[in-house]
Amino acid sequence: MATISRDNRGLRLAVRYLVLVLVALVFAFPLVFMIVSSLKPTAQLLSDTSSLRAFLPVGDISLSNYTAAFQRAPIGRFVLNSVFVTVVTVTASLFLCSLAAFSFTYLKWRGNGLLLSIALATLIVPFETIAIPLLLFVSRLPWLGLDGIEYGWLNTYRVQIIPWIADALTIFLFVQYFKDLPRELIEAARAEGASWWQIYRRVVMPLSGPVLATAAILKSLKMYNEQYLWPLIVVQDEAHRPIMVGLGYFFQLNVAWGEVMAYLSVITLPVLAFYLVLQRAFIASIASTGVKG
Amino acid sequence: MRKTSLFAAALLASAALPYAAHAQTELSMWYHGAGNEVESKLINQIVSDFNESQSDWKVVIESFPQSSYNDSVVAAALAGNLPDIIDVDGPVMPNWAWSGYMQPLSIDESIIENFLPGTKGYWNDELYSIGLWDAAVALYARASTLDELGLRRPTLEEPWTGEEFTAALKAAKDSGNYKFALDLGMNDQGEWYPYAFAPFLWSRGGGIVNRDTYQTAEGVLNGDAAIEFGEWWQSLFEEGYAPGTSETPSDQERGFIEGDFAFQWNGNWRAVATLEEVDDVVFLPAPDFGEGNYIGGGSWQFGISASSENPEGAAAFIEFALQDKYLAAFSDAIGLIPSTPSAAAMTENYAGGGPLEAFFALSEQQAQLRPVTPGYVVQSKVFTKALADIANGADVGDTLDAAVDEIDADIKRNQGYGHEG
Repeated sequence: MATISRDNRGLRLAVRYLVLVLVALVFAFPLVFMIVSSLKPTAQLLSDTSSLRAFLPVGDISLSNYTAAFQRAPIGRFVLNSVFVTVVTVTASLFLCSLAAFSFTYLKWRGNGLLLSIALATLIVPFETIAIPLLLFVSRLPWLGLDGIEYGWLNTYRVQIIPWIADALTIFLFVQYFKDLPRELIEAARAEGASWWQIYRRVVMPLSGPVLATAAILKSLKMYNEQYLWPLIVVQDEAHRPIMVGLGYFFQLNVAWGEVMAYLSVITLPVLAFYLVLQRAFIASIASTGVKG
Repeated sequence: MRKTSLFAAALLASAALPYAAHAQTELSMWYHGAGNEVESKLINQIVSDFNESQSDWKVVIESFPQSSYNDSVVAAALAGNLPDIIDVDGPVMPNWAWSGYMQPLSIDESIIENFLPGTKGYWNDELYSIGLWDAAVALYARASTLDELGLRRPTLEEPWTGEEFTAALKAAKDSGNYKFALDLGMNDQGEWYPYAFAPFLWSRGGGIVNRDTYQTAEGVLNGDAAIEFGEWWQSLFEEGYAPGTSETPSDQERGFIEGDFAFQWNGNWRAVATLEEVDDVVFLPAPDFGEGNYIGGGSWQFGISASSENPEGAAAFIEFALQDKYLAAFSDAIGLIPSTPSAAAMTENYAGGGPLEAFFALSEQQAQLRPVTPGYVVQSKVFTKALADIANGADVGDTLDAAVDEIDADIKRNQGYGHEG
């Protein structure tokens, strides 16, 4: 009986692994397809799509698509622009949104609940509906630069950063997390004479690792992967274009699909590196917020 | 003291003079060719030649990806930072002119007398844009296929009739040698649909909108001719002559070359690549379904933005760019049809006896502009959706009626788009 039981356990384990491997393959296939295709000439790439060869590095394999892609577009500049905009926006967003959430959660002031409700209500407003008014707004905004006051934010980094710093989802994540922190800690700090700023900096934020990681991941992916419409309408010079607008360089009348895949592989690298470096924090944050949710 | 001041002023003036004499007023220019290395090189060469050819103007170019170019221009028009010179897709020009994004183009029109009709952008009887090239669509086939199927080779003077065309498709299908008889490029559900397929409708006497008034699509997009076209269109997919909207880019780019399709309805921009792989490819004119044989005309053109404070400089640049040597250089580099016969004679492909000579004649004799109305940008999308729906099996009459309603409602919403109803 014991042997049968052990066999059953082994079988169950094998089935479980088989299912997990299959699921992993489903998730890995697009990535594998992208990388493998980036190594093939366009004609072969298109021919291979009708068979499993699409996922295998076979046939005429080379790095020529990468060479051609770098010649076609200033990829390094696009990646740097996106990384810069993402890092600055996420950093500023984590700071300001956590401050806002701290105020909403711990401070008592008139209209607190109403303002939070209004902020959260903006979650249901699609960006497309406010894009044009926002464009008109930023195109006339003043800015104090080295040459004095200038008007209009178009063709700058700030126009890609500042409108995205405050967002309701990030505030909401922080508010939810702060609500679950033990109130006794805050009260004890107050009793000890700590200021609200000290409580924010020395008590609340050191305990907020998981929510910081979650908010950073969500915001980073949004800023790096999804910034298309806004930069398209507010950035007209190549020097400030982000990666998603740069993708358009590869869609000519005759699309060089191999180069498209090479470009996608290159711009995916920072995201992959970001994930690999912070893998443990990601999993911890997801597990943590999942338990709380 | 006074003498010293005068001397100093004279010295300053003399020092500044050489710079003043060479100070060029900057003209900004936007172009849709970012990412197209060859095209960018050519346009930059023209800009550089122009800047060196005179001392009044200096053009500074900014290139955009074609896929997002129109959105960038419209956004810039709203934000009030359009450049002096823009390029514009031919059928979109009336919309931009009507919307106040462009101003009439003041150039010596005797220069463009010999230009292909599709390269001239007129709106309200005024020239707004002019193109260095045009594009054309043809029916790609192999000479060997025509022989094997026993089909006569159609000419511009004697194109296939609609019946002959359909019979050719049937013969190709019945031969069993091909996956499909015809590749229409159904995967590309953008401007390709009205550009490539509206000519089949025109050839039956229908249209996307009534061109007499531009106030309604009633009767032209859902009249007898349009219904007949819609039923024929649907039959192409029901009979299995052509793959439907699920066609992949791979099918479109490789299918004809690899022999999966007997015929391909495609533009001249694919002709050079096809010639490299298919020795006996022939480019056949559009069939005539009874009311003439047509292809779409109008490609990218240059114009001047309404907000330009230097229209004379912008016009000077555009005139400069219209030289035959540049038209020919563009054609040789990217395969498009040069705007003039004299430039065509200078090219490798379109000169007499050249492999693409047929396309020049097609453009000259068969090209018809898509509806010249600001409403076209909406009509184009409505038409595309209707054709995709019909290809997917929707009822022809109902679909075309709905398309007419949508187009008419849009025209009404925009107070007739400036046409005198």
